[in-house]
Amino acid sequence: MASRNIIELRNLAKTYDLGTVQVPALKGLDFEIKEGSYTAIMGPSGSGKSTLLNILGCLDRPTSGAYVLGEDDVAGMSDKELSHIRGTRIGFIFQSYNLIQQLDVVENIHLPLFYQGKDIKEYYDHCAKMAKKVGLGDRLEHRPMELSGGQQQRVAVARALVNEPLMLLADEPTGNLDSSTEAEILNVLDELHREGRTLVVVTHDDAVAERAERVIRLKDGLVDEDSLHTSNDIREIPQE
Amino acid sequence: MVGSSFIRIIQAGFKSLRLHKLRSMLTMLGMIIGVWAVITLVAIGEGASHDAQEAIKALGANNVIVRSMKPMEDKVQLQGEMQWVSHYGLNNADATRILKTVPGVKRVLPILIHRKNVLHGKRNVDCRLVGTYPHYPSFTQSRIVAGNFINEMEEARQENSCVLSHDLAKKLFAGENPLMENVTVRGFESWQVFRVKGILEERTDLEKLPKSSKVMGKTLSTNVYIPLSTFKALYGVKNIDLSVGSVSSEIVHLTEIRVEFATAEEVIPALDLIKDALDKGRNGKVDYEIQVPINELNTLRAQKARDTRLLMYIACISLLVGGIGIMNIMLATVTERTREIGVRRALGATRGDITMQFLVETLMLCLIGGGIGVVGGWLFATFRHNIMHTTTIVTEWSVLLAFGLSVTVGLIFGIYPAQRAAHLDPIEALRHS
Repeated sequence: MASRNIIELRNLAKTYDLGTVQVPALKGLDFEIKEGSYTAIMGPSGSGKSTLLNILGCLDRPTSGAYVLGEDDVAGMSDKELSHIRGTRIGFIFQSYNLIQQLDVVENIHLPLFYQGKDIKEYYDHCAKMAKKVGLGDRLEHRPMELSGGQQQRVAVARALVNEPLMLLADEPTGNLDSSTEAEILNVLDELHREGRTLVVVTHDDAVAERAERVIRLKDGLVDEDSLHTSNDIREIPQE
Repeated sequence: MVGSSFIRIIQAGFKSLRLHKLRSMLTMLGMIIGVWAVITLVAIGEGASHDAQEAIKALGANNVIVRSMKPMEDKVQLQGEMQWVSHYGLNNADATRILKTVPGVKRVLPILIHRKNVLHGKRNVDCRLVGTYPHYPSFTQSRIVAGNFINEMEEARQENSCVLSHDLAKKLFAGENPLMENVTVRGFESWQVFRVKGILEERTDLEKLPKSSKVMGKTLSTNVYIPLSTFKALYGVKNIDLSVGSVSSEIVHLTEIRVEFATAEEVIPALDLIKDALDKGRNGKVDYEIQVPINELNTLRAQKARDTRLLMYIACISLLVGGIGIMNIMLATVTERTREIGVRRALGATRGDITMQFLVETLMLCLIGGGIGVVGGWLFATFRHNIMHTTTIVTEWSVLLAFGLSVTVGLIFGIYPAQRAAHLDPIEALRHS
């Protein structure tokens, strides 16, 4: 692939300081993620999967090493700078949708733009377009409570897309959904991949990982396996 | 923050508050009651003080009123034997002496008052028969509504002319024209007929004065004014009063002497001289009291300043309590909405954005509560003023104070919960269930 790297991790480590003990969660990761790729990050609990997700999502900072997102090393950025990075370069999709209950569909989709100082009046059409893209063009003024789980996750996907991020970062995006809705959401992600968007999905679900073109397996804070795959022949779930 | 995005923050605040309407209302209640109380209490106090000040001003800031007062020892003596005639009080000589010897005195007005009953046709009304001089209206700044006041000639000729106070004329004549009609004044020993020459409206009803009420008793402003010479010729100075249920009889030449100075500044230094002038004709007997309106006015103003301070303390305390209630709820809200905070942080909100969001919500609770309180207080004051006819004045400063305090409370008690929300770890917050 000739496309540029969206993400570069260089000897990235994270150690939690619990006062008396130092708990290493990530012990030095090195990998790149290319623009337009679809990557699944897998691993058993305790493997450092969540820590990596938080760092990739700029919610947390590594203890050492470099994390280049786009052109910038975000490892040493301030809280305010990270907020800006999150709002402009990352599109989050959570397991439990995490929509704001008091806001309607369009307002929820607009939220990342709101924090970039972009007024909803000017961006209403753009937000509505995002809602249509995920098939919710007729639900613009519904509250999250009035939507099904699948629909809520679609809103979350639209919200993640609204600021044209460098990467979509999904955390168990189908964890709260039944199997038919799961397929629905995964199809949406496939569709986004085909459009050329960069996707990183953190999951423990093989069905989800199967859709990705690359699977990175973590074990004890290190990359255990990094494989490109097009078929279903990789089935080596590391033991705890 | 850009203007439009600030409006969006306020809109978002509204949405959050609307999500829990009952809770928001209850939270605001402390603020509402606090602000309402400040405005209402200040308005009531202001109204009462306004009335009293008007009454005192009507007496004249450059006036002194000397009243006859039954000496203490006489009262004690009379308790057992009711037939005693007590002889005390002021007389014309006192008035002349004050005018002549006290510097700065412009003029004096002697007044003699007895309680009587006045009749016209079938109507009869309890009244005060006031014997006085023709310059009474200009002295007391009262207004002639119809006809004329008693003139010098009527005074000199001891004519049976009278002027009715406005209230009395309304009661006695009920819409008819009282001018040149006859009224009968009925006393203990005699019936006298007077011709009505005019109607007078007192500037402010003197009876409303808190201090003078004990001297003059409780009556409406139902006065019959007649020439002092006529009064003395017809009734003498002996007054028999049956009104208390026991017969009391006393000889008083003048009920009060009003003393007018050229300027208000001359009043206080001249008080001792007035006392000297009065004590000259008496051998140590104190049978008068001196009322100094300007003193009362000053006392009243000092008292008002004290009351206002007290109200401010109460206001501060009640708003403090309200503020603590609001902070309590906001802290609970922050905990409850931890996940929302995490999501907003993940989507790009800075700590400043989160602080702003929660601060605005707290401020809105305070401002809406304060606004309802202001409107409530104003409505109550308007109701009391216009429907219950009790002077109630909503002052601008009380509204500003109440509003200012609610904003201050909102800022002080909002900043901590907001800071707490802003400093939540986004990862922890997202994981919060």
